[in-house]
Amino acid sequence: MSKTRGWLKSFLLVELFRGLMLTIRYMFSGKFTVRYPEEKAPQSPRFRGLHALRRYPNGEERCIACKLCEAVCPALAITIDSEPRKDGTRRTSRYDIDLFKCIFCGFCEEACPVDSIVETRIYEYHFEKRGEQIMTKDKLLAIGDRYEAQIASDRMQDALYR
Amino acid sequence: MPEIQNFTLNFGPQHPAAHGVLRLVLEMDGEVIERADPHIGLLHRATEKLAESKPYNQSIGYMDRLDYVSMMCNEHAYVLAMEKLLGLEAPIRAQYIRVMFDEITRILNHLMWLGAHALDIGAMTVFLYAFREREDLLDCYEAVSGARMHATYYRPGGVYRDLPGQMPRYQSSEWRSDADLSRLNEARAGSLLDFIESFTQRFPQRVDEYETLLTDNRIWKQRTVGIGVVEPERAISLGFSGPMLRGSGVEWDLRRKQPYEVYPDVDFDIPVGVNGDCYDRYLVRIEELRQSNWIVSQCVDWLRRNPGPVMTADYKLSPPSREEMKGDMEAMIHHFKLFTEGFCIPEGETYAAVEAPKGEFGIYLVSDGANKPYRLKIRAPGFVHLSAMDEMVRGHMLADVVAVIGTQDIVFGEVDR
Repeated sequence: MSKTRGWLKSFLLVELFRGLMLTIRYMFSGKFTVRYPEEKAPQSPRFRGLHALRRYPNGEERCIACKLCEAVCPALAITIDSEPRKDGTRRTSRYDIDLFKCIFCGFCEEACPVDSIVETRIYEYHFEKRGEQIMTKDKLLAIGDRYEAQIASDRMQDALYR
Repeated sequence: MPEIQNFTLNFGPQHPAAHGVLRLVLEMDGEVIERADPHIGLLHRATEKLAESKPYNQSIGYMDRLDYVSMMCNEHAYVLAMEKLLGLEAPIRAQYIRVMFDEITRILNHLMWLGAHALDIGAMTVFLYAFREREDLLDCYEAVSGARMHATYYRPGGVYRDLPGQMPRYQSSEWRSDADLSRLNEARAGSLLDFIESFTQRFPQRVDEYETLLTDNRIWKQRTVGIGVVEPERAISLGFSGPMLRGSGVEWDLRRKQPYEVYPDVDFDIPVGVNGDCYDRYLVRIEELRQSNWIVSQCVDWLRRNPGPVMTADYKLSPPSREEMKGDMEAMIHHFKLFTEGFCIPEGETYAAVEAPKGEFGIYLVSDGANKPYRLKIRAPGFVHLSAMDEMVRGHMLADVVAVIGTQDIVFGEVDR
């Protein structure tokens, strides 16, 4: 009896039709995909994307050239030069991140004692010429200025856990 | 009478079924494989040597990039090796988080394997469905660590940050109705643990769906049953581990045989195969998906009930909290010392292995007392499995090579390191 049933099942392509039923059911159910450039997938406040340098609310740059990020960077992507400014405070004269070397591990942000270098939510960027992958201090500060509200609210949300 | 020679076929390194950069030189008699010679090293990045030149904690990120389909398991082996030498134990909550994410990683890896294996053999749909579930789990990765793949989340002495109390949600857009948006955000209303719990509840049905598409399917069976058979004794002497060994019917699982973290406290079964062919290994991995899901749900239960620290309080090994660092001189000094010099590990050597999704992933660590490893050796399961390629495909047809590569679950990040 079971032999006949097995033969019949095999002959009538039962298991293939079961599979097809499943795929047909999904054709008419709700979609899980996102229309990417118009819609974005959700992003965590801990997201580690493009870097930025932040400023204090009074406009003074936070970075004090302690070089912790340079020391902790596993990929040696960060290069810092520093000298005392005219007012006697210590600041960076050069702050370069080579994005080709960077592995986006987030250690620089973790190490920074003044919350200056941060990794933002930005993940869409491109380079057109060689050399553009070096994020200079000016570029990093510009990103920080532009996205400060977002950066600050993300740090605020995560402050509990750090 | 001309001399008849075997045909030599070069398979890969750009072949889509080669799972990365595998180059196989196949000696063929007609369509039958006489000899298969895998060439490796095209993705060699000198991770072992690189680790010798960096403080211990800085190499964690490079461990992710070994087997880039099971990221956190690699980190786990490395972190365990360090903890063994330091004589350190992570807080219990951190251990549960690690076990939970190890199992999430196992599900991620097996889903990737299932999709790619089926795609290689000709079943397209499973790949798409598997990626739907992977998306949810990668969101969990992102929620805890900030990166979707290369997490750098485990640290010696615990994990970097506790699980977040909120899950990121889909934003409204003109392309989506409110009803549709709330359907997508349904599971994301609560914390990460709520999200993972809702995942564990719906995942078994998804596995049933994959099985509907594959398990009884006659084409799938024709391509996998009786292909790449390995006898249990042979599997052991070849050094197999993980599903490759269990598929041959040997009940061997490091989570049970050499328990680490909190595996003795969680309940799960070890599936084993009978025939040792590709089909049995497929069944073993499918059952592992269910078992991992069960472990994850147990961990979620425990984590809900037991808040606590997730990092050791020893400031020689883990940085103090931000707030403390900013207010306390002592903490500030610890912070600076830790991020510039790292920490020193007492002289000695150790071997720490975890049951990674692919098999036994081990780290052999030799320390000479400095803040950098003297030697770091990585025991990658894929390497051992790949060396048995010749034996497994000999006498099979060309198309079966693809099935065997798939069943071995080769990832070149770890084979070439």
